[in-house]
Amino acid sequence: MLKKINVMILGSGNIGTDLLVKVLRSPYMNCTRFIGRNFSSTGMRKASTLGVAISDQSINAIINNPDCCELVFDATSASYHKKYAPIFKRMGIKAIDMTPSQVGKMCVPAINTIECLGFDNVNMITCGGQASIPIAYAITQVQQDIEYIEVVSSISSRSAGPGTRANIDEYIENTESGLKEITGCKNVKAIINLNPAVPCIDMQASVCVKVKKPDMKNISKSVSNIAEKMKKYVPGYKVIIDPVYENGRIIVMVKVRGLGDFLPQYAGNLDIINCAAISIAEEYAKLKLEK
Amino acid sequence: MKKIIISDPTLRDGSHAINHQLTKEQVSKYCSAIDKSGVSIVEVGHGNGIGASSIQVGLSKEFDIALLESARENLKEAKLCVHCIPGFATIKKDIKPALDAGVDIVRCACHCTEADITRNHISYVREQGYQAYGVLMMAHMAPIDVLVGEAIKMESYGAEAIIIMDSAGAFLPDKVQQLFTSLCDNLNVHVGYHGHNNLGMGVGNAIIAANSGATILDGSARCFGAGAGNTQLEILVPVLEKLGYTTGIDLYKLLDAVDFISEEFKSSIPTVNSLNIVSGLSGVFSGFTKHVLRISKEYNVDPRDVFFRLGKRGVVAGQEDLIIEEAHNLSQEKIGKAT
Repeated sequence: MLKKINVMILGSGNIGTDLLVKVLRSPYMNCTRFIGRNFSSTGMRKASTLGVAISDQSINAIINNPDCCELVFDATSASYHKKYAPIFKRMGIKAIDMTPSQVGKMCVPAINTIECLGFDNVNMITCGGQASIPIAYAITQVQQDIEYIEVVSSISSRSAGPGTRANIDEYIENTESGLKEITGCKNVKAIINLNPAVPCIDMQASVCVKVKKPDMKNISKSVSNIAEKMKKYVPGYKVIIDPVYENGRIIVMVKVRGLGDFLPQYAGNLDIINCAAISIAEEYAKLKLEK
Repeated sequence: MKKIIISDPTLRDGSHAINHQLTKEQVSKYCSAIDKSGVSIVEVGHGNGIGASSIQVGLSKEFDIALLESARENLKEAKLCVHCIPGFATIKKDIKPALDAGVDIVRCACHCTEADITRNHISYVREQGYQAYGVLMMAHMAPIDVLVGEAIKMESYGAEAIIIMDSAGAFLPDKVQQLFTSLCDNLNVHVGYHGHNNLGMGVGNAIIAANSGATILDGSARCFGAGAGNTQLEILVPVLEKLGYTTGIDLYKLLDAVDFISEEFKSSIPTVNSLNIVSGLSGVFSGFTKHVLRISKEYNVDPRDVFFRLGKRGVVAGQEDLIIEEAHNLSQEKIGKAT
């Protein structure tokens, strides 16, 4: 039998519950506990039906069981993660932070997986960041003269739970930090829109880049290369508007259809950040299992 | 006599009409003129509010704070107000500096079904001792019971007034009447109306809102605002007075301020043109108009088709990037048909 590492999921909202479905599919991870605060929440009931051990003890479920896991996915909120991060570190548990807390190393698996494996706390930035930063990065690989990068994400209202909504400033700040750190461009802006249309809209993101002399041929090549890399761990990732130069800016648009694990397929936002988290967690697990 | 508080978004919504190229000098001159008229509240800044300067909706000529400082110096009586949309603006980056620059009122705005994203921002402004209003934008897109529910949420966060924005100029009088009656039955704070003129209802809807219990009305000088423009301030005020409301505004001084806008922005004064009517009919945010025109030209497609497509998709303010997608799709279909 193939060996697996033990992981726990802290936070039983949309992100945590969708992550659980994905972890259960993983050949490298075993979810020893799904942790929330309330047994009657939708996420906790879902976990029960999946036969996963659950706890309503929040962080104490981890503190009181020191050998419970090697890795935790923290899907609580930015302010909670700031409190929990030192606890995970002290306990020697690798943290995959799903919140926009700015604590850990900014991680986009298509770009910096190997580097991130060396950190005990990695931050998955934001859903919009996971969708847009790879495109921005692909453009920076071609253009040296980037003046400004702007990323705009639209997500369906239904896919934004109370945590996301309460963290909207942190969402912007964390997306902008990730964008700066990974592209090296200091002048950036992130915007997010929630759209309540029914049927629900698919998650989309647009990346605008201001440059003096765009090399559109090589930009297109670089963008399509990164999109291929993205598809390996986010199957529903698609460039819907290839790079165009319009009104003094390069614009690229992507759409993300989810796998429909917990929320329906329109919730590509949920899917992309979780697929990214699974991707980095599996690489870490492989490393551990090889030892 | 019932008192109506007049709030003037000329220097905020009007920024849409000039691609957000408002200057400090223009702000100083208008503020000093309008302050003498007795208007209660003056809004200043980028059309989409503080922190919104972007490629997505348009880059400002000046920094938000520079405009606010110019306004502050010239407003002695009127309160200085900013529009603020979470998702564009953040507390740290935008609200705090705006309050430091002397803003009195922050109108925290969101798409009309998303009130909970304004919670932190409204609370923050109140905690700092300033006034916060809640603004529900694009209100034509939600049924009345939903709007009332969202308004109640904002009231519970600490909003001292709820403003309903007909951002696409798509409201018809019956809905305005039913909505404001219901809001006033369910809320304990001021309720206000912000109208646009796309279907010619700017002043009419504002009067109906007042008759149904609204106590704050927005009006712009010469309609200076997005798309077909806003409820026309210098018509709204005397009509209210004729109907027996008090506004506390000196008509001549108001008209003097309005004349500055007429002169200064001669070529950009909004009109109810064909595309603005289509924007109203399709229920798409008035601020899209200039972007739709530019992009439709580039892709050689009919801007009216683009508007109706966007309307069908239920786009909200802030989703200006989708204009390119729809224009692209329309042009691809055109090529498909031709071959």
